[in-house]
Amino acid sequence: MIVEALAFYLFAAVAVACGVMVITSKNPVHSVLFLILAFFNAAGLFVIQGAEFLAMILVIVYVGAVAVLFLFVVMMLDVNFAELREGFAKYLPIGAAIGIVLLAELVLIGAGWVFGPDVAGVAASPTPALSEATNTEAIGRILYTKYVYLFQGAGMVLLVAMVGAIVLTLRQRSGVKRQNIAAQVARDAKAEVTVVKVPTGSGV
Amino acid sequence: MVNPELWFEGVWWSGYALPTATIVMYILAIVIPVLISVAYLTYAERKVIGWMQLRKGPNVVGPFGLLQPFADGLKLFLKETIIPSGANAALFVCAPMLTFILSLIAWAVIPFDEGWVLADINVGILYLFAISSLGVYGIIIAGWASNSKYAFLGALRSAAQMVSYEVSMGFVIVSVLIIVGSLNLSAVVEAQRGLWFVVPMFPMFVIFFVSILAETNRAPFDLPEAEAELVSGYNVEYSAMTFALFFLGEYANMILMSAMATTLFLGGWLPPVDIAPFNLIPGVIWFGLKTALILFGFLWVRATFPRYRYDQLMRLGWKVFLPFSLFWVVATAGVLVAFDWLPD
Repeated sequence: MIVEALAFYLFAAVAVACGVMVITSKNPVHSVLFLILAFFNAAGLFVIQGAEFLAMILVIVYVGAVAVLFLFVVMMLDVNFAELREGFAKYLPIGAAIGIVLLAELVLIGAGWVFGPDVAGVAASPTPALSEATNTEAIGRILYTKYVYLFQGAGMVLLVAMVGAIVLTLRQRSGVKRQNIAAQVARDAKAEVTVVKVPTGSGV
Repeated sequence: MVNPELWFEGVWWSGYALPTATIVMYILAIVIPVLISVAYLTYAERKVIGWMQLRKGPNVVGPFGLLQPFADGLKLFLKETIIPSGANAALFVCAPMLTFILSLIAWAVIPFDEGWVLADINVGILYLFAISSLGVYGIIIAGWASNSKYAFLGALRSAAQMVSYEVSMGFVIVSVLIIVGSLNLSAVVEAQRGLWFVVPMFPMFVIFFVSILAETNRAPFDLPEAEAELVSGYNVEYSAMTFALFFLGEYANMILMSAMATTLFLGGWLPPVDIAPFNLIPGVIWFGLKTALILFGFLWVRATFPRYRYDQLMRLGWKVFLPFSLFWVVATAGVLVAFDWLPD
């Protein structure tokens, strides 16, 4: 138990520290790297909770793909960091207000969970107990039965977003040389190569 | 009779000391053979390519040049570590360490033989996939922290390439695991008793093999370190041990990916046929032989094929492998449902 508690406090503390560093570090690349570390620690917390499937998916999707693209873009940006800092004081009240609202909501949920018997019933998941099924199976069972339409709907939303992004960035450029791979592969030495007898001094 | 469990009887940390010591022993028992394999993989690479090109390869240091990898290692160890003045020193040093650590921690879930696995977790395949998808960070951080345009270009190429091929690798893994019905690697191997997945899933095996070539930045997809254009790509500013860690990480990743292909398609520790002379050989030897076979494929490909052009590389990943592997996932699922072969 001691080890488990130590692991929890380690992951939680590092995650929170990384979250702070994301918004305070001067260099945006460092911010993204701290964000990645925060994701990673969140995955660690999932593992401690016995949700190893979610942990692995978090690492694969967010750390392995989404954050790589973030990093990709941020590294290419040529931003003036001093200019970015200027708006800090101006946006601080709005940011703080949003933060306080989120905190209040979290506290309310936590309080409801503890004090309201109905809320606890809602919070109890309809998934089978950990002893009956692994968490991968548990998620699969509920996602593809009860929530299958929502799941498909989410997929469609993502597809539409992807198509939208492609449509926005697609440019038809003229004069681009393209290689037709099929034609290239179908070329045959017999048809393409001819052996010519070249008379000396006159050329082909 | 000495019973190690009684050594620390009554001490408050007795519940921790022995498990920790055993796990450290297991880790060493995995990591040391892996590092020796890495050393001899570099030797094998030079020897095999030498034979294919009618040269002798390393043959001076030790008998048949067998001590060459250690001489190379010692050379890198004794050289001076140079950190470029324009580099971001902390990240510059972290990047090779990250590459090296990631290439070693993935071995925790590989089943070498029946029950020979450090952590038999029930999301083994996802763990392997997650760790291999993190490999890109070592390279991209190295490229950025070096503050050099060659290193940066190499890193960008590598990031784009690894992200592209991970997608089709993911679908290959999905098609295997819907047959198995479990994410545990030992279960994947057990499901291949009787018929290895390489037979019914041969196209997927080919896609997986090509994808792991791209994922490990090996020829013919070694554009991140294309020495003709980028001098050496992301690791151009690295020297001595920092370079050695990249090198070790890269080769350990090759072995890891071969082990993964062995587990997913070639039946892991299982013998080819379950009859007398074959099933007497321990499973770990079969596992090693199969991994070595795939590693030979890596070297063979390097000696045979010229480097891909970048647009062809992207075309292959997104326009050929992705649609095909997606189709194959649907087809596999369809066949399993139609013949009622779905696992419970």
